[in-house]
Amino acid sequence: MAVMPERLSRPAVALIFAVLGLALVPFADLGWAGHDPWAALGRMARGFLAPDFGAVENIATALVSTVAFALCGVAVGAMAGLALAPFWGSALVRGLSIALRSVHELFWALFLMQVLGISPATGVLAIALPYAGIFAKVFAEQIEEADPRPAQVLPPGTDALSRFLWARLPLVWPGMQSYVLYRVECGLRSSAVLGFIGLPTLGFQLDAFFRQGDYGAASAIMILYVLLIATIPLWLRLRAALLWLAAATAWLAALDHPPMGSGALWRFLTVDIVPAPLRRGEGAGGLLTWLGDILWTQGLPGAWATIVVGQIALVLTGAIAFLSFGLIVRRVAGRARLPGHMALVVLRSFPEYMLAYLFLQVFGPSMLPAILALALHNGAIIGHLLGREAEGFPLRRDAPKGATLWAWELAPRLFGRFVALCLYRWEIILRETAVMGLLGIATLGFFIDSAVAELRLDRALLLLVVTGAITAGADAASRVVRSRMGAVREVSARAEALRPLETG
Amino acid sequence: MTLAAFQGETLGYGGATVLRGVTLALERGERLVLLGRSGAGKTTLLNALYDRLTGAGLRVALAPQDHALVPQLSVTKNALMGRLDDHGALRNLWTLLRPPARDRAEVQALLDPLGLAAQADQPVEALSGGQRQRTALARALYRGGEVLIADEPVSAVDETQAAALLDLMRAHFPASVLALHDVELARSFATRLVGIRAGRVVLDAPPEAVSPAQIEALYA
Repeated sequence: MAVMPERLSRPAVALIFAVLGLALVPFADLGWAGHDPWAALGRMARGFLAPDFGAVENIATALVSTVAFALCGVAVGAMAGLALAPFWGSALVRGLSIALRSVHELFWALFLMQVLGISPATGVLAIALPYAGIFAKVFAEQIEEADPRPAQVLPPGTDALSRFLWARLPLVWPGMQSYVLYRVECGLRSSAVLGFIGLPTLGFQLDAFFRQGDYGAASAIMILYVLLIATIPLWLRLRAALLWLAAATAWLAALDHPPMGSGALWRFLTVDIVPAPLRRGEGAGGLLTWLGDILWTQGLPGAWATIVVGQIALVLTGAIAFLSFGLIVRRVAGRARLPGHMALVVLRSFPEYMLAYLFLQVFGPSMLPAILALALHNGAIIGHLLGREAEGFPLRRDAPKGATLWAWELAPRLFGRFVALCLYRWEIILRETAVMGLLGIATLGFFIDSAVAELRLDRALLLLVVTGAITAGADAASRVVRSRMGAVREVSARAEALRPLETG
Repeated sequence: MTLAAFQGETLGYGGATVLRGVTLALERGERLVLLGRSGAGKTTLLNALYDRLTGAGLRVALAPQDHALVPQLSVTKNALMGRLDDHGALRNLWTLLRPPARDRAEVQALLDPLGLAAQADQPVEALSGGQRQRTALARALYRGGEVLIADEPVSAVDETQAAALLDLMRAHFPASVLALHDVELARSFATRLVGIRAGRVVLDAPPEAVSPAQIEALYA
């Protein structure tokens, strides 16, 4: 690869990614062989137009469990993150945080199940562990950006804890609260998706309804789920957080789950994840052969498929976001703004994984469902953010309206921001792409899932490291490109939260 | 008794020199007022004095020009921050959650003369500029100590109130060093006026020995 120039123009960045994504299309398996998508779509559409709330007990149980896992997971993650954040200066803490958040919730759950079984602890930790890494990073950034002066004028002998609690924490507390609320929204998505691998949350029930062909019930549970997420700012008040948490904990404690044999953790750490050749005493030579074999036959194809799907999805994400953000701007879309808003909120409420699951029912197994799901969800999130910013622009009173305003005023002004947001989402898209392998698409998650199913946890762990390397690589590359584009306001995850009454 | 002294020293911050050849001493019972154009180096000199005094183990109260308050905390809690070093972390944590009645009463007694009694429980971010300035002063008064270092502590209040605030400071601290821009207030408060110009201390004398022309020369 040629050396990257010092300065990159934003159109050039967009063009490079678009060309790269299109060049990968011939390598992507986009067919729907043997599936009649129209028939499947027709069945689903009929079901969705006639939601059936009859299975009320199943639906309510799944939704309450989804909320309970999300609240407990986010709470534990936030507390752990808050405990880590003040020590962000230490390379150990930073490394731990990167390791925690580079592993997807579903992968965490797969591994935790080997130790804890399908238990409440597995679900809570699967959310809490990666979120702790994210919280630590974001909290540390918030603390670093806060006004340092109040802490500087404290009396010289003040102890470190008082210094932090009196002169640092109050400054960042409001920002932390809103970030935690945003994370609850993410947590609800993570929690729902955990159901697809066996925890008793929404994904599990949705899968059950689909297997029974009960599209009406599936429709009902999804409608309630979107409402639940869209109204978070209304029902979740931090003042009542302790009450919510107590209720969630009680609910999870009452779930019954199969018992796990004792010593599972010890066996996991000392036997299961030790590379097989070492276990068999084959030494360094055997280890190298083992490494080479897995990387060549699974790591490489898995990584290639992950990159193909991820890069194409990124380009489609950009196209959807760029073309759709006008839909929620009053001066552009007029009255059509409300349906536009609704569409974007619905798409951002459904996690990529769940959308991919739905599309899989329609198109059958190929890369197409994954690409569509990733592009629609992420495109909706970026479109939503861009639209919100466009609403805030001070426009002259005689400014044009409709598509002319979009093309002449909004699109040019927001282009830099748009590219920065896409680059920021790049890593997230690759992370989600890898995990979609659990649905049977040949990305890295597929090989990890197979290895876990065969109880070859050593192999799964190695493939997990490959996955982490890809997302970390994208993260680093994204940082470099963003810094070379210059003059683009840095993007932060904090901006993504839904605001009250922004729910369509 | 000499509290702090400089002997022909070079002062600055962040590697940049701001003042050269500074010779200055602060005795107990003295009230120094620094005069000079903005950017002349008054804040640098105040900071250097603060470091020197605290380095010598003296208890110093500080009221910086930018106040450095915690906007989200109440006026009372911002004032209570003046004494965090007198207690352990646990006691401070308790105070943050629920300030003891005795501490509250002590702060309240200071807020009355500062005209902040009604704002005691309001967060600082809800206050006007003048009220914030007086909150920073409340923190310094609550801290107490041998010396007060204050950078333009009355810049945001009217003249009558300024005189009253300066009286409070005089009553609370045996020694003080202030930067002021109002020459009349400076003359009435100070036991010594210190003039800074072009990176040097060019004037150091009791107010009655300083002519209006000398002061004017500082700002020319």
